[in-house]
Amino acid sequence: MATKVVMEALSPTMEEGRLVEWKKQEGEAVKQGEVLAEVETDKAVMDLVARADGTMLKQVIAAGATVPVGDLVAVIGAEGEDVSALTGGGGGRQAEGKAEPAKAPPAKADQQAVQPTAGTQNRPSSMPPAPPAEAASEAAPPKPGYGGQQAAAGATQAPAAQQAQQAQPHGDGGRVKASPLARKIAAERGLDLSGVQGSGPAGRIVQRDLDNIQARPAAAAARTAAPSPVPAFQPQFQGEPFKDVPLSQMRKTIAKRLGQSIGPVPTFYLTIEVDMERVAEAREAVNAVASASGQGKVSFNDIVIKATALALKQHPACNAWWQDDHIRYWNEVHVSMAVAIEDGLITPVIRHADQKSLRQISAESKDLAERARARRLAPEEFTGGTFSISNLGMLDIEEFTAIINPPEAAILAIGRMVEKPVVVDGVIDSRRRMRVTMSCDHRVIDGATGAQFLKTLKTMLENPLALVW
Amino acid sequence: MANSFDVIVLGGGPAGYVCAIRAAQLGLSTAVVERDKLGGVCVNIGCIPTKALLHSAYAINLLKHDAKDLGIEIGEVKTDYNAAMKRSRRVSEQNSKGVGFLMKKHKVQVIAGTGVLQAGRKVKVGNDVYEAKKAVVIATGSRVKGIPQIGLEINKTTVISSDEALFLEQAPKSIAIIGAGAVGCEFADVFNAFGSKVTLIEALPRILPLEDAESSDVIVKSYKKRGIDVMAGVKVTKADVAKDKVTLTLETGGKSQTVEAEKVLMAAGRAVNTENMGFKEAGVELTDRGFVKVNPQTLETTAKGVYCIGDVAGPPMLAHKGSREGTYVAELIAGHHPPAIKYDNVPSITYCHPEVASIGLTEDQCKEKKLDYQVGRFPFSANGRARASNETDGFVKIIRGKQYGEILGAHIVASHASEMIHELAVARENEFTVEEVDLAIHGHPTLSEAIAEAALDSMGRVMHI
Repeated sequence: MATKVVMEALSPTMEEGRLVEWKKQEGEAVKQGEVLAEVETDKAVMDLVARADGTMLKQVIAAGATVPVGDLVAVIGAEGEDVSALTGGGGGRQAEGKAEPAKAPPAKADQQAVQPTAGTQNRPSSMPPAPPAEAASEAAPPKPGYGGQQAAAGATQAPAAQQAQQAQPHGDGGRVKASPLARKIAAERGLDLSGVQGSGPAGRIVQRDLDNIQARPAAAAARTAAPSPVPAFQPQFQGEPFKDVPLSQMRKTIAKRLGQSIGPVPTFYLTIEVDMERVAEAREAVNAVASASGQGKVSFNDIVIKATALALKQHPACNAWWQDDHIRYWNEVHVSMAVAIEDGLITPVIRHADQKSLRQISAESKDLAERARARRLAPEEFTGGTFSISNLGMLDIEEFTAIINPPEAAILAIGRMVEKPVVVDGVIDSRRRMRVTMSCDHRVIDGATGAQFLKTLKTMLENPLALVW
Repeated sequence: MANSFDVIVLGGGPAGYVCAIRAAQLGLSTAVVERDKLGGVCVNIGCIPTKALLHSAYAINLLKHDAKDLGIEIGEVKTDYNAAMKRSRRVSEQNSKGVGFLMKKHKVQVIAGTGVLQAGRKVKVGNDVYEAKKAVVIATGSRVKGIPQIGLEINKTTVISSDEALFLEQAPKSIAIIGAGAVGCEFADVFNAFGSKVTLIEALPRILPLEDAESSDVIVKSYKKRGIDVMAGVKVTKADVAKDKVTLTLETGGKSQTVEAEKVLMAAGRAVNTENMGFKEAGVELTDRGFVKVNPQTLETTAKGVYCIGDVAGPPMLAHKGSREGTYVAELIAGHHPPAIKYDNVPSITYCHPEVASIGLTEDQCKEKKLDYQVGRFPFSANGRARASNETDGFVKIIRGKQYGEILGAHIVASHASEMIHELAVARENEFTVEEVDLAIHGHPTLSEAIAEAALDSMGRVMHI
């Protein structure tokens, strides 16, 4: 099946791109991940890469042309395929790629699913992305006269006022009634007014209605400073711990519209079934060695933590915090694991889980879980996670959805391993299978982004050698 | 006459009669009990007649001081307090009759006499007992008071209150006014215009003590220029009341002095009317300060089904605050859910010349509350309309919350400040910030442009200075 190549948003603020040079000519074979063209964004010249294998069937625009993000620029498909039909719509752009290229910058991975795929695969059914035309019109800057005045309004006033103004018109015609003061306070404190009950005339939101509304968890600042609880461990990664990316107009629109629809954290769910047969075998082998040398056993959960951390390293778009006016993409991977305690639960954090061995993770998770149950965790030991895992498999739950732990953008819900008949290579076989459901904050993670992460996770668990590779 | 109503209101002043109209509008059968004239103090011996006299005073000052400059030749200006007083009475009577007409129009029964509250929502007037099926509303108001402790009991000849001042047949040669709030300042303005030698005495450190300090300063300057003796931070320790004059002993900073005047006008505070109307017997309790105790959310007193509004329900003792409470309580009684009264958004106005009007916090209050604020000012000396009218005294001052731009307080001293303050009342009621105030296009040339300029100034963008 042919695949459309569209102008991708290669920078967070990119709204249009100029195609500088075609690197693949019509008729040339292309492989997924190969550079198709050079594109000049608002910031730099970047590569537009293939998202599918095939032949470059048609270059829709010529070199030098500038088109808006989302516009068709080329078609890849099987040799001799009819291309003209594709330009009229239909056909998924993103083939079910088996691995997301690790070099893809996070912003790029983010933007993918927002493009007009008109296709079927990978898009979460819960909330279709905004069509680009609407997104573009909503993202348009404020009217020049008003905006101009605002810009002159002094440094402290202008940003708040502009944000407040952006919150005013909703494309769907529904208007949040709020006083100008309430809008400014909301903009300043990062509050979403759409869910607030107004007590003013005709339900207008006024200042007092915001008194008890909390912004995002204030722990965020404290979290970043949390030191590693494992003294012996020295993280190898010495660069910036995270990267803050300002919200693109499209991201803002997605955040706003989805938030209106479903609540402060617009969540969708992706479920994947993983074959755990080889993990189980590997675990048995590892534990045989461990018990022979008098060491503790490795649990399935430890393996899931390790695999998740490694998959996150490949998909930084899922290893992120929603920060109201920007997204923080973490370069470090700190996995929060939900631990049930007597009257609730707590999420101790395995820091730098991607860099730790299974043995380290195992020892650490045991220690953290025990101390969590004894209520002896220090605050820095249960804050600062970049991604959460909740496992109810030991309680025989096959599949469930977990609630996102803000500001993290996603959480994995791990079900129990079930032995069931599956068709493997045409033969019915009894395999141990595990269902994993990922809850994603749609403001940060789009359907395809989450799906690609899950795909990587699945691949890793099904090929446990990848964990040490 | 029916003896049973849904609502019986005690007192036909601006709180009571407004409450009655609103109750009637909402379909409740309503009666007002009034022992004197409809309209209460406000219409008869307060707000309205003083405004009539102040208008005379304004005209006198205009003709005396500005006529020639304005191109009017009139020779000597003679004044006649008696004539002005009589006009003020006509205005009051018209207004009181107007209230009577409104009562008829809305089918509110007016019961003449003093109502005495009885248990079980009953009101006795003379020998008749009326029953309120839903509620009784106390709106009995307040009255002037003297300071008998220092010999200043109101004797209605040499020691008078506004009640008497409004009926004088001629302006006294000299008058000492004790209390420089709105009432004291307004009478100082009036008697000065009619030729009296006026001494204005205030115990607190400045006149108009509830207003912003900058507003007080402008009035002091203006009064001194007109020959009014303004004495603030002065305590009256003794008063010798003779037949035709009063000698006051004043103390300030340990120093003592005396002031002699033909009359002393008591303008320091008011007493609420809570006596001899059966309040205690009906279970209506009072606060330590003597006001009727009410639930602040419902204005219901400690007696079930008995509400209280206006001066007698507590400060600020202002007609417009009482009227709002009247509307609010009527709607509550009718089973509606009126929006809460914003007691922090009640405009305060003094009708002296220039007028002083304000809403919200003064700058001193912002300081006390440790608010992060920014002041914007605009003087009328830089306003075209004010210059054209020879009325350049005063300013607009807007106190803006630094973080969000909300209007913490606004203060206007201007020839028409009383009419201008409502722009800011509407802004505050709707939570507009200084930006919306500026964005609203202001007509040119108007005094109100100074409001937009003060809003701009609070953001550091003032244009015309």
